[in-house]
Amino acid sequence: MTSVILQQPTEEKAARKTNRGFIHGLLTNKKAMTGMAIMLTFIVLALAAPALFPADPSRITGMASLEPDSEHWLGTTAKGQDVLALTIHGARSSLFVGLTVGVASTFIGILVGLASAYFGKFIDEALSLLTNVFLLLPGLPLLVILAAFLPPGLGTVILVLTVTGWAGSARVLRSQALSIRSKDFVAAAVVSGERAGRIMFREILPNMASIVMGTLLACVIYGIGAQAGLEFLGLGDVSTVSWGNNLFWAGNEGALLTGSWWVFVPSGLCIALVAFALALINYAVDEVTNPRLRKIRKPATTERSNAK
Amino acid sequence: MRFILRRLGFYLIAFWASITLNFLLPRFMPGDPVSRMFARSQDRMQPEQLDALRKLLGVDNRPIWEQYAGYLQDVLTGQMGVSITRFPTPVTEVISSQIGWTLLLGGTALVIAAVVGNLLGILAAWRRGGAIDSALPPLLVFIGSFPYFWLAMGALYLFGVVLGWFPIRHAFTDGLEPAFTSEFIGDVAAHLVLPALTIVLVSIGGWMLGMRNTMIATNSEDYITMAEAKGLRPGRIMLRYAARNAMLPSVTSFGMGLGFVVGGALLTEVVFAYPGVGYQLLNAVQGLDYPLMQGLFLTITAAVLLANFLVDILYVRLDPRVRSN
Repeated sequence: MTSVILQQPTEEKAARKTNRGFIHGLLTNKKAMTGMAIMLTFIVLALAAPALFPADPSRITGMASLEPDSEHWLGTTAKGQDVLALTIHGARSSLFVGLTVGVASTFIGILVGLASAYFGKFIDEALSLLTNVFLLLPGLPLLVILAAFLPPGLGTVILVLTVTGWAGSARVLRSQALSIRSKDFVAAAVVSGERAGRIMFREILPNMASIVMGTLLACVIYGIGAQAGLEFLGLGDVSTVSWGNNLFWAGNEGALLTGSWWVFVPSGLCIALVAFALALINYAVDEVTNPRLRKIRKPATTERSNAK
Repeated sequence: MRFILRRLGFYLIAFWASITLNFLLPRFMPGDPVSRMFARSQDRMQPEQLDALRKLLGVDNRPIWEQYAGYLQDVLTGQMGVSITRFPTPVTEVISSQIGWTLLLGGTALVIAAVVGNLLGILAAWRRGGAIDSALPPLLVFIGSFPYFWLAMGALYLFGVVLGWFPIRHAFTDGLEPAFTSEFIGDVAAHLVLPALTIVLVSIGGWMLGMRNTMIATNSEDYITMAEAKGLRPGRIMLRYAARNAMLPSVTSFGMGLGFVVGGALLTEVVFAYPGVGYQLLNAVQGLDYPLMQGLFLTITAAVLLANFLVDILYVRLDPRVRSN
């Protein structure tokens, strides 16, 4: 949803040219394609979960701690729940929270970064101070404290993860926005009397589309991982089915000590695959936009030449 | 000097922000923490202790700025109240008995990961497209994608439960008296291997990639070409010319990594039941031990800020550009 909004300003000619090269670069990049294929599989599975397993995934369907067989492809938990159903339904909450947190933190990062870079002076000082304080406060303990004080629920999880996750993206986006802010075309826009909002979102933002994309991916990775960690500690919303909660219950029911590896492996593997896929795409974005990291040098369409 | 003072001011503001956060959180939380804790402590608490707790958590009728002033004073004089889960031990005592373990675990893991990771990054950048450069980064990124606690549990299961190579919980064997004997130190080291190894495994990729990418940029500098033209040994160019100049971002990450040491070791400590501050923080949260929770959070924050300040001082030594500004 929001990613669509972010791409809207790219209607402008210059920006569209950058984007076409960028998307073409991604589509011909092996890492990006692998990553996108993995992500797509998970998204399809998450969307199809109610059709694949129409019944409540946490209901008891068989004997306790069954090994994987033809009836329960991934075995059952110590309570007798089907692990495959739990894992596929878990994708819904995990991907949803991860994407929401990612989009929300990137959005705050864009607002703070652009405002810092555009207004400068006092506003920049104040916002940078705020960003740096949040960057420095130890994330996980802050997460735990916040989750402990706020009432449990999915909303709390999303809020807490966004509060602890936005600062990193704000810093990256601010420095990029600063370098674009000093370009001539921005100065021209200022002189011609364009409104601040227009300059920030129509002039500066489209020129940092690739950095925004990288930040978004990093934030989603953070969101998925941190949600899993929080839930594993028992501080999430224990009533929902998600990968982190699956692992929390696996730990709680002593799946490892009884040797039921099949309860514990799938959810962790899914988190890893999603994070790996996103990291691959991120890496590919880096490669496509940073000519120095590319293996073979092609005539590069750098951001500067397009910005003119 | 001005740089150092500026940074010091910044850390003071950050510390003030975390104290204020600590002050505000229980006051905006729905419900009354004191009654909840009172129910839990099963009447062991004296009325005056209850009163002190009310003050600490803001369930009294004083105006808010007065509470705030009192709270700041208490924190700065080290009065953080009495732990509920370990009643009646003062919070400060609980924390000081545990922070050493966290520093040991996190410090060991951080140093190993930073040294090995940076070395690998240097080698990878020096031989672009070589074996290290093409095989290790994807592998490490893949390992780094696993949820940290999951890898830790896997390692615990494989090496602790199935193979039985390493002890599975706590920092030393029960019943052993802490002392500077070879037996005790060996025991502590054996307990340290698994938790430290898992942290190294997930964090080494970041160090390596960061170093590699900076080093690639440094490698294309003119002074490297010059050094090659002078006929210096490749090893010398790699370490003294290229790596040395690519080191600075790593120093900054080291400061950030220290934050991970004190705070991020929480999951490790929980999985391995390692008696550090992170494990204690989770216990405090589960036991609704608000004074201990707050004390731990402030201690962790203070430690992170202090570590970063030390890194800043080091940075001034390393980068002359900072000094001249």
